[in-house]
Amino acid sequence: MAVSLYGPEDARQTVCVYLEHNAGRLEDVSLGLISKALELTSGSDWRVCGLILGDDTRKPAQEALARGLGEVISIQHEIMTRFDVSAFTRACFEVILQEKPAVFILGATPDGRDLAGRLAVRLRTGLNADCTDLRLNLETGQLISEVSGFGGGVIALLESPAHRPQMSTVRPGVFEQQFVRPVKSGVIRQIDVSLSRSDLQSELLERSVGERLDLSKSQVLICGGRGMHGEFVQLNALAEQLGGEVGATRPPVDEGYIERERQIGQTGVVCRPKLAVTCGISGAFHFVVGIQEADTVVAINIDPQAEIFNYCDYGVVADAHQVIPALIEALARESHSSHA
Amino acid sequence: MHEFHIVVCMKVVPKAEEIRVDPESLLLDRENARSEINPPDMNAIEHALRIKDQCRARVSILSMGPPLFESILRVGLAMGADDFYLLSDRAFAGADTLATTYTLARGIDKIGDVDLVICGEESADGATGQVPAGIAEWLGWPQVTLATEFQLSDDYTVCTARREIPGGYEVHRVKLPAVFSVKTASNEPRFMDFDRKPWAMEEAGVIVWSRSDIEVEDDLIGLKGSPTIVSGLEQAETRARQQHMLEGDPESIAAQLAEILAPFHTRN
Ligand SMILES: Cc1cc2nc3c(=O)[nH]c(=O)nc-3n(C[C@H](O)[C@H](O)[C@H](O)COP(=O)(O)OP(=O)(O)OC[C@H]3O[C@@H](n4cnc5c(N)ncnc54)[C@H](O)[C@@H]3O)c2cc1C
Ligand SMILES: Cc1cc2nc3c(=O)[nH]c(=O)nc-3n(C[C@H](O)[C@H](O)[C@H](O)COP(=O)(O)OP(=O)(O)OC[C@H]3O[C@@H](n4cnc5c(N)ncnc54)[C@H](O)[C@@H]3O)c2cc1C
Repeated sequence: MAVSLYGPEDARQTVCVYLEHNAGRLEDVSLGLISKALELTSGSDWRVCGLILGDDTRKPAQEALARGLGEVISIQHEIMTRFDVSAFTRACFEVILQEKPAVFILGATPDGRDLAGRLAVRLRTGLNADCTDLRLNLETGQLISEVSGFGGGVIALLESPAHRPQMSTVRPGVFEQQFVRPVKSGVIRQIDVSLSRSDLQSELLERSVGERLDLSKSQVLICGGRGMHGEFVQLNALAEQLGGEVGATRPPVDEGYIERERQIGQTGVVCRPKLAVTCGISGAFHFVVGIQEADTVVAINIDPQAEIFNYCDYGVVADAHQVIPALIEALARESHSSHA
Repeated sequence: MHEFHIVVCMKVVPKAEEIRVDPESLLLDRENARSEINPPDMNAIEHALRIKDQCRARVSILSMGPPLFESILRVGLAMGADDFYLLSDRAFAGADTLATTYTLARGIDKIGDVDLVICGEESADGATGQVPAGIAEWLGWPQVTLATEFQLSDDYTVCTARREIPGGYEVHRVKLPAVFSVKTASNEPRFMDFDRKPWAMEEAGVIVWSRSDIEVEDDLIGLKGSPTIVSGLEQAETRARQQHMLEGDPESIAAQLAEILAPFHTRN
């Protein structure tokens, strides 16, 4: 069997959380991971520590302590002004071999995926991608990662019994940040890793990041699926009218009708809106996990047998292309009369 | 001079909409699903062929999978690829991403003199998106994921790639050889070239390599080389919903819906 660089017998009862930060603040995905790690280990001897890298990590490391982490390992180096997969892999690899955590979890962001994919190979260990939940057996140290299977709301449980660290990535929005009391005695440990410019794999010539769309914060979500046949104009109008955002299933994203940032579900965004309206969506569980936490779900589908009707509060069997314009008009009339 | 050589990693997936779950065993019924080229890999090969359109380059398809992949991936030859390497061996079966990337990387070593490896963003079935980074690590090469454009230096030793990230983009410059994944839907894959079709579908020789051909360690391939296991299947707990079906003519339905939705207006 392929053997990892250390095994269960050498692993420590530690959950290590990779902390991503931007402009001095921790990313929401990392805050969610902190909450989950604390929840998984609460009341036990297990230790949770954050791992943060950058040229200046002071502020986000403090923020992690304020969020309840007892310990943050920080690697600061002048060359780490931004994420570089080679340098970051090297630094994380050294820390992991020193600390030997049983569990290492990361956000399934572009950077998190790049890093996790390389690290798992360097450590010769297992990596579970895009998990929708995590469980930890505190006795055996076994991590169980949930991913949604195909159809019918089946979830698959993944484990790496003989390899350490057990690595998993989790999509943004899956774990909610809980508000916890900061740990007074929390410590930030600086670890030195020898790095030089030659450890950078690429030269970043340009970077432009504008306002990032974050559907996980939207209160109203109007979602379109393959049944919209690429037509998102009306859904945009409805979202606009209700002050919400448009989301989509994977097919319209893959076909290029709408941006990837708007994909809802296991490999997209997991949302917690007050209202989700699904139009032309069959109700595959990969999608449904993305709106499970919605307060109210309204489904419009032309097929009365569609699975989505099992996951909705209000269902309409109709052609979405006809219902939506009529609905937009009815809403306009309603707001007109209520303002009159 | 050595010919610029691009390897495109491609896999075959069951059509997502045709996969059914056996309600008793909760296992996948893939038998009755038709297979297709992983759609993001069509974007990968298109990027490779565009580079070939601009300079003298050889484009090879590389896949790890059962013999069934062969006839399906020949389409790539008809689109314009020159060679097709299939890593096929019973011992490769059951591979997770660690074993898959090891095997693909050994295949790339065996092909030799490769300048560029291009993968899709993620597969339609496993969808981990971890394979490109894993291949890059086994080979010790740089990686740029989510690329949308490629620009080669005049001497073909450096590649500048634009990558799409949430809310924006980055432009990276890396020394070759390097591994890339391309953003899904970042180009319009071409159709098969009908002049190439008879050759591609019938005559072209596909190079099939087994585990002894690519000199892999038995402990690192297939099920044996895979740390991750599926330890169980469960019915997910789902939130109970009212499942109230609205009835009536279109106008009445629109009115009922408007009444339900109006209170959620966030700008009130
Ligand atoms: C590992 C993995 C991860 C995945 N991750 C995601 C994910 O994150 N998000 C995601 O969405 N999917 C994901 N998928 C894909 C998922 O399994 C489904 O294939 C997908 O959600 C189906 O999208 P859909 O409902 O839009 O399309 P379909 O299943 O094709 O459904 C279209 C629906 O539209 C209805 N319809 C057609 N015409 C009309 C009309 N005029 N009016 C009203 N209704 C109409 C049809 O009755 C049908 O029910 C993933 C798959 C895998 C394997
Ligand atoms: C529902 C499901 C969940 C899974 N979860 C995990 C998991 O959490 N961890 C894990 O280790 N394994 C997992 N697997 C197994 C995993 O799918 C396989 O290891 C697979 O061989 C490669 O991963 P991928 O399909 O996710 O590829 P991705 O990384 O999503 O694919 C990216 C690109 O890599 C290239 N590529 C991928 N596979 C091949 C191939 N065989 N030949 C040529 N090129 C290829 C293609 O260019 C592709 O577009 C899962 C499988 C399923 C069906």
